[in-house]
Amino acid sequence: MKKELDFFEKPKNKKALWIIYIAILVLLLTIDLFIPQHAHFYWDGIPVFYALFGFAGCVLLAVIAKNLRPFLKREENYYD
Amino acid sequence: MTSSIFPPALVLIAGAVAVPFFRGMVRRAYLLLVPVLAFAALLSIPGGTYVTASLLGHALTLRIDGLSLVFGYVFIIITFIGLIYAFHVKGSEEQVAALVYAGAALGAVFAGDLITLFIFWELMTLTAAYIIWSQRTKASRGAGLRYIMVHIFGGMSLLAGIILRVCATGSTEFGYIGLDGLDSYLILLGFIINAAVPPLHAWLTDAYPEASVTGVVFLSAFTTKTAVYVLARAFPGTELLVAAGVIMTVYPIFYVVLENDLRRVLSYSLINQVGFMLTGIGLGTVLAMNGATAHVFCHILYKALLFMAVGAVLYRTGTCKATELGGLYKTMPVTMVFCIIGIASIAAFPLFSGFVSKSMVLTAAGNEHLAVVWFLLLLASAGVFPHAEIKIPYFIFFARDSGKRPEEAPPNMLVAMGMAAFLCVFIGIYPAALYSIMPYPVDYVPYTADHVISQLALLCFASLAFVVLVRSGYYPPVQRSVNLDTDWLYRKGLPAGISFVGAPLARLNERAGKALFEFLPDFLVWFGKNPPAALKIVTGTLFLKFSGPEKRARVAERVENEKALYPGDRLLPWSIGAAVSFVLVILLVYLVANYRSGL
Repeated sequence: MKKELDFFEKPKNKKALWIIYIAILVLLLTIDLFIPQHAHFYWDGIPVFYALFGFAGCVLLAVIAKNLRPFLKREENYYD
Repeated sequence: MTSSIFPPALVLIAGAVAVPFFRGMVRRAYLLLVPVLAFAALLSIPGGTYVTASLLGHALTLRIDGLSLVFGYVFIIITFIGLIYAFHVKGSEEQVAALVYAGAALGAVFAGDLITLFIFWELMTLTAAYIIWSQRTKASRGAGLRYIMVHIFGGMSLLAGIILRVCATGSTEFGYIGLDGLDSYLILLGFIINAAVPPLHAWLTDAYPEASVTGVVFLSAFTTKTAVYVLARAFPGTELLVAAGVIMTVYPIFYVVLENDLRRVLSYSLINQVGFMLTGIGLGTVLAMNGATAHVFCHILYKALLFMAVGAVLYRTGTCKATELGGLYKTMPVTMVFCIIGIASIAAFPLFSGFVSKSMVLTAAGNEHLAVVWFLLLLASAGVFPHAEIKIPYFIFFARDSGKRPEEAPPNMLVAMGMAAFLCVFIGIYPAALYSIMPYPVDYVPYTADHVISQLALLCFASLAFVVLVRSGYYPPVQRSVNLDTDWLYRKGLPAGISFVGAPLARLNERAGKALFEFLPDFLVWFGKNPPAALKIVTGTLFLKFSGPEKRARVAERVENEKALYPGDRLLPWSIGAAVSFVLVILLVYLVANYRSGL
């Protein structure tokens, strides 16, 4: 058996990844404030529109899906 | 035009015939030679339309032009990659089916007339079902059968449309059709069933996750993309397709959130991706058509890459369910890297292939100022990334430790994944190569500062939402389950409907049978024993029903007496001769009646 990787098990690495991730998010927001958008509509020219939309859209779809689950979910052998 | 050309489709189909005669390394070399020869055959034909054969007085034609070439190139590339991925498969049936299937797809995109198109269209259905069955499980048997039923329905609709059209126009040429008259609607119905437009999409999410690990690489590439091609050819600028495309992008997201089987998640995300292509075709502008075509090219590569990566996991662990996987990065790191490249490409991260194609469709919708379309496409882009695309590597390679320590994928699988991954990155870094083969001149620059930043912001903050939802415990947990979709209608609804309608009809049938074949003959036999006496009993019984109470006792006694004596002495009201004459008359009438009706 060859050796296993355990990069993501080490707390030090995990912490470093979190810091990088958050730094990227902050950096993107900052740059977004200063880059002029070639907007097609008035709303997509608003600074940080895409960040807000990405976050809100993802949450919205998850909420809808979660509430659909009781109607859609069946036992794994439902069709057998 | 001359017919001194050899169609690439026939190279693959003829090449498939010889596969079973080779073994081991020779077969592998041969398998790789076949798509290379097909590619050479394709390059050797200058653009134009050629008559290849004739059928019932109609010329069968082959057409090479900008649009069909893009599809031809990517179909042959993915055939090559898919065959490498399937090197380890022992039997030859699946490779034969895959080559014929790929050949049929090539035949369909190079078809210059409707008859050729229909022949290859049906050949694709049959070979695809065979590939689904090659998984040899109970689930794949059922799914393959349902696949055939749905596609034969679509094929019949297409055939009906073609016949109406050929009768009306007198021409079998396959070109722009547009929505005009019953024939065009029937043809469109046949096309959009193969494109998997909800609610006609369930064949895809039903069958693809049940196909073999190697077979699904071919399945994911050809059927839906051939449908995209014919729609681009026949229905560009049809508004209905914009609506269909937008529905396709949003609808699958709710399922990818809930679904446990990761190959089914990929199947739903495939529908989401084809939605972008249909929207582009529906918009019909140069940018939109180029965007749809470019997206086909990129999509085939990264979708196959993802099916290969998840397939490698299924091959090594025997499962691709999110509830049973986790922590596999420890022993399958190379597969993980390829999987993440596929994810970055499908999510349209800058420097990966999806970025340079998906955004063309979005920009085209923006240029047309279609606010709702643009808004929903962006919502779908933002939503599908965390819910389908982060979910797959997250639950396979990270999440919790499942305790599984599978080996790394076999070398042939890694090579195939590596080739697809290389192309995804290459197109992302050097989009000019892709743009140079588009059907129309491309005037689009994907790498502008605002586009890169807004796309990164969209994706990263969507991923933040995923992180927040998962860590807060709100995210719907993966569960072992089946999620109802429109295939419920024919898997449960239709059988239930049939028994709902059928059960009362069966009872009626039983009763009618009893009355006709038991009660009536019995009565006639009884009656025939002594008709006058029987008549007396019958009238007596009826009389009893309507007589007043004072008479009833007397009548009842009389009827009882007659019943007791029945049949008694026969009165024989007619002589034998008279009866025979009567029968003869009946026979004569019978003869005359049949003689007349026979005229």
